Amino acid sequence: MNWLIDFFGNPDNWSGPGAIPVRLLEHLGFSAAALVLAALIGIPLGLLIGHTGKGSVIVVVSANLARALPTLGLLVLIVLLLGTASIWPVLIPLVALAVPPILVNTFEGIRGVDPELRDAAYGMGLRGPQVLFKVLVPVALPLVMLGLRLAAVQVVATAAVAAYVGLGGLGRYIIDGLATQDYESVVGGSVLIVGFALAVQGLFTLAQKVMVSPGVSQRLRVR
Amino acid sequence: MDDEQPLFRWSWVESNWNSDSPNSIVNLLEAHVVMSLVPVVLGLLVSLPLGLACVRWRFLYQPTSAVMNVIYALPSLPLFMLLIPQTGLTRMTVIIPLTFYALAVLVPAVVDGMGSVPDHVRQSAVAMGFTPLRRLVQVELPIAVPVVLAGLRVVTVSSISLVSVGALIGQGGLGNLFTDAFQRDFYTPAIAGIVLIVLLALVGDGIVLAAQRLLTPWMRARRAS
Repeated sequence: MNWLIDFFGNPDNWSGPGAIPVRLLEHLGFSAAALVLAALIGIPLGLLIGHTGKGSVIVVVSANLARALPTLGLLVLIVLLLGTASIWPVLIPLVALAVPPILVNTFEGIRGVDPELRDAAYGMGLRGPQVLFKVLVPVALPLVMLGLRLAAVQVVATAAVAAYVGLGGLGRYIIDGLATQDYESVVGGSVLIVGFALAVQGLFTLAQKVMVSPGVSQRLRVR
Repeated sequence: MDDEQPLFRWSWVESNWNSDSPNSIVNLLEAHVVMSLVPVVLGLLVSLPLGLACVRWRFLYQPTSAVMNVIYALPSLPLFMLLIPQTGLTRMTVIIPLTFYALAVLVPAVVDGMGSVPDHVRQSAVAMGFTPLRRLVQVELPIAVPVVLAGLRVVTVSSISLVSVGALIGQGGLGNLFTDAFQRDFYTPAIAGIVLIVLLALVGDGIVLAAQRLLTPWMRARRAS
């Protein structure tokens, strides 16, 4: 507890490049950029594969591979190969880890739609894309949102680890604190990251409640 | 290290495979297996009674599942740090958070698995005079096995890959190869670490899959007929 009071009470942590708001915004920026990129790849691909049924092998393989790949190793390797001159290479592993949960859940969501519902939509004269966007997507939305939430939480956690290879953000407090044996900074940073992850989790849970059509109240879960 | 280093140096693997150093690959592999296996086993042992309690007393499930959702969202690195004052820089610092992640996946898996038991099967068992305990052990749990083990596969694989983050506190098993690679600007340990961890995850996944085939022989019989 004393560590926390020291950390948050220290004026050095409220001004300059290492200020808490600055680090928070950095963390938010990297995480948001990675999540948006991953969503731009994962959602269209998941919709396409789910709707056409072609390429489901990609989904299974990417889901398994993504869980097995060690984040830290990927970060280290990318930075060693591409250098630390720019911070953008660090985004590659973040995006690579965020795509699979989004892709898999979008795919599962579209695949899991009741075939009778799909047939009814075709029977009413809707075309392929119309069926996809007017019927399948709203019904699959809970799972799409779950995928985004899992990806977001993972990106926030991985961005903290990425401080080790030079990324800014809240992870810096942990990595720099460990290096200088400044434990109050380590604890303060840890609490900030945990709070940040929980806020992200809460925000996405809320967004899901607001966005999902009340007609679609099934509770589906896929991890 | 010169700029023109090759992507991968086999000689490094050979000289570091089984030396006396605590950082030889064999020793790191052993540490890695222990730190990823203990959470999986502990998680399974705790999640079974916890999941069954949630099935028996439905009102427990809502709050339990809310807690599990929150736990699953907690990032591993800060959790390690917050545990250090209690556990020091030991393996326990890595094992405890991983056990909680295992619980977060396995408790819902146990509940869903029990939910996958068809009602008519349960009623048949009651009608045949099975006591609740025998019904649980001989009828319900075997039917729940595929769903529980699906969760166990997820836990095994993610646990094996998550251990490597522990390298930042010196307890990462094969993950220590990553910090080593970064400090020395040397590709080979990073690549060797990634490959070995992915292989280890595949082996772990394969073992759970084999267990599932052994525990549910009727699934194979159905497919063969």
